[in-house]
Amino acid sequence: MTTTSPAVERETLSTAQAINRALRDALAEDPTVLVLGEDVGPLGGVFRVTDGLTAEFGEDRCFDTPLAEAGIAGFAVGLAMNGMRPVIEMQFDAFAYPAFEQVVSHIAKMRNRTRGRVELPLVIRVPYAGGVGGVEHHSDSSEAYYAHTPGLHVVAPSNPSDAYWLLREAIASPDPVVFLEPKKLYWAKGEVALADGGGPGIGTAVVRRPGTDATLIAYGPSVPVALEAAEAAARDGRSLQVVDLRSIVPFDDAGVCAAVESTGRAVVIAEAAGFASVASEIAARVGERCFHSLAAPVRRVTGFDIPYPPPKLEHLQLPSVDRILDAVDDLQWEDA
Amino acid sequence: MESEWNFDQYIYMVINEDLMLPSREPVMLLDPDGRPTVDDTAALPAADDLLRGLAGMVTARRFNEQASVLVRQGRLAVYPSSYGQEACQVAAAQVLDDEDWLFPTYRDTAAAVTRGVDPVEVLGLLKGDWHSGYDPYERRVAPLATPLATQLPHAVGVAHAARLRGESTVVLAMCGDGATSEGDFHEALNFAAVFRVPVVFFVQNNQYAISVPLSRQTVAPSLAHKGVGYGVPGEQVDGNDLAALLHVLSAAVGRARAGEGPQLVEGRTYRMQAHTNADDATRYRGDDEVAAWAAKDPLLRLDAYLRGAGLLDDARAAAHADAAERLARHTRDGIAVDVVPDPEDLFRFVYSTPTPQLVEQLALVRDELSRDEPSREETPR
Repeated sequence: MTTTSPAVERETLSTAQAINRALRDALAEDPTVLVLGEDVGPLGGVFRVTDGLTAEFGEDRCFDTPLAEAGIAGFAVGLAMNGMRPVIEMQFDAFAYPAFEQVVSHIAKMRNRTRGRVELPLVIRVPYAGGVGGVEHHSDSSEAYYAHTPGLHVVAPSNPSDAYWLLREAIASPDPVVFLEPKKLYWAKGEVALADGGGPGIGTAVVRRPGTDATLIAYGPSVPVALEAAEAAARDGRSLQVVDLRSIVPFDDAGVCAAVESTGRAVVIAEAAGFASVASEIAARVGERCFHSLAAPVRRVTGFDIPYPPPKLEHLQLPSVDRILDAVDDLQWEDA
Repeated sequence: MESEWNFDQYIYMVINEDLMLPSREPVMLLDPDGRPTVDDTAALPAADDLLRGLAGMVTARRFNEQASVLVRQGRLAVYPSSYGQEACQVAAAQVLDDEDWLFPTYRDTAAAVTRGVDPVEVLGLLKGDWHSGYDPYERRVAPLATPLATQLPHAVGVAHAARLRGESTVVLAMCGDGATSEGDFHEALNFAAVFRVPVVFFVQNNQYAISVPLSRQTVAPSLAHKGVGYGVPGEQVDGNDLAALLHVLSAAVGRARAGEGPQLVEGRTYRMQAHTNADDATRYRGDDEVAAWAAKDPLLRLDAYLRGAGLLDDARAAAHADAAERLARHTRDGIAVDVVPDPEDLFRFVYSTPTPQLVEQLALVRDELSRDEPSREETPR
């Protein structure tokens, strides 16, 4: 469905469609862009994210590989060393682990090792996180592994517009980007302005909902939950601000601090197990940098420190509106 | 289009299945005493190529000796020597054209030097100034790979990118016998075969992965036999016979360039010295074994043949030695130059644009350094 405004063309797309559109536009604009991975060819990916790309651009541009994640990642290193911009798909978060050595020891380090002589402009797309009733090994929130590795950018969109624009920027980046696609949001629809440049780029957090009492900090699949919690809190007379990080690395210290300082209270929300997590890092950074503005310790609402649960129990692992509101209630309110 | 390609591949496999298997014994053209194993010496590589190869080996050996001395002098942190493997080192570089790529491991410094990379820059990793000392694009030599076999899928990607652009580049990727046990070795051969890319995988089987002998890596008839499982032709060659190596590797490079897909070559050689200066080889192998391999030395073998054939005289040999000595001196002088690494480099190359966090951390280090200089002098001893 297309609506036309005087300035920009807007389309309502699902997140999966927005990613597909970003890949298609990148393939069309730059002949060095390649899309590869398991089932990304004629099938169009298990989530149909690469639907139609092989038909439109041919086998040389969008193609299936042998089923070997380390091989895919290592192969992409060579492609990127030699003038290409590969976009590789790891079919599921937990299936990306065989590629870990290539990601950590080569993709992340090549630029530094060679003093900037060898750049690796490649994107690792990872359908990630839970909430879709996936069986074992299909629902990991693996962002901390990547965020802990210097040399990688780590991006997690929360809506179709960011999915499109952040992926376009990731493909254009001279540095490797881990692009985390929240599976739960693949079918969520939103407006995408395809001609306006997409607003702030990688490394910039945005305020999704203004608020004055406390700041909810989230990224990827947790942003819609945070927005829902803020909506519920508003009905109880509490005004919650929601910050969407959009990129974990680079992390927007300035933007996050400014937001937290404006309210004086903060809750960090993420699906991943909380111990040694991105949420922990954010809480620590906010504590160090915004201490004098804080009326209460920073709270975290995260997954428990357990392997991701089976589908019938996963609702207990995911940050919920209730858990977020309980954490907000704990922020040492003077009227409590 | 796609089905046609698959059909070709299928026919190729069926017709060539036997041809994919290596010869029963490693290909040898000169025996350890330098006598041709073939009646017709026209089967040997051209005399010029052999002389160039000998010069390369003399230089490679001198380079190995020089680097080991630099370790003992404390100038290099460590040196994994290819002493005894010079034929493999030189042949790997000599069979390539300028447009080709070489992917070396940490033990293949002599191959990188033979391809023309500045030996001082090649040793940068081991000197400790930075992780990789040379520009990989200058001579098309990838950074020395320290983890095992991880460079092999990179080589396949480089070759595939070249093929997509219609270039005739061939990539020669080196690894050792131990690396053939790694998953990346298998994935690289498989990717290369499936995409039919021009890569020559050159395994230097020097019999040991640090202390672990080949028998603990594989019970395959040879490492070259591993190719057929991927649809990759394999060949084994005497890795101390430069003539045989040039013959086999050139043919493999030629087939890869002609579009016949990846090739696997196993060079049977021996690591004459310990893994590095930090290793003690007497803990896992006997003197007899080492002595037996010393008798198969690649330099002596080719030298004997060339002199016997009247292709090498003392004057030419002296010229080879002089060239090797010049390179050793250049290496020595270059390594002796104390480069003070710039601490700011730690943050400079991580990303094309440093993150705000790295900018902050760089400021911290700058601040520490600015306070360190005077305070060290002021501290009473």
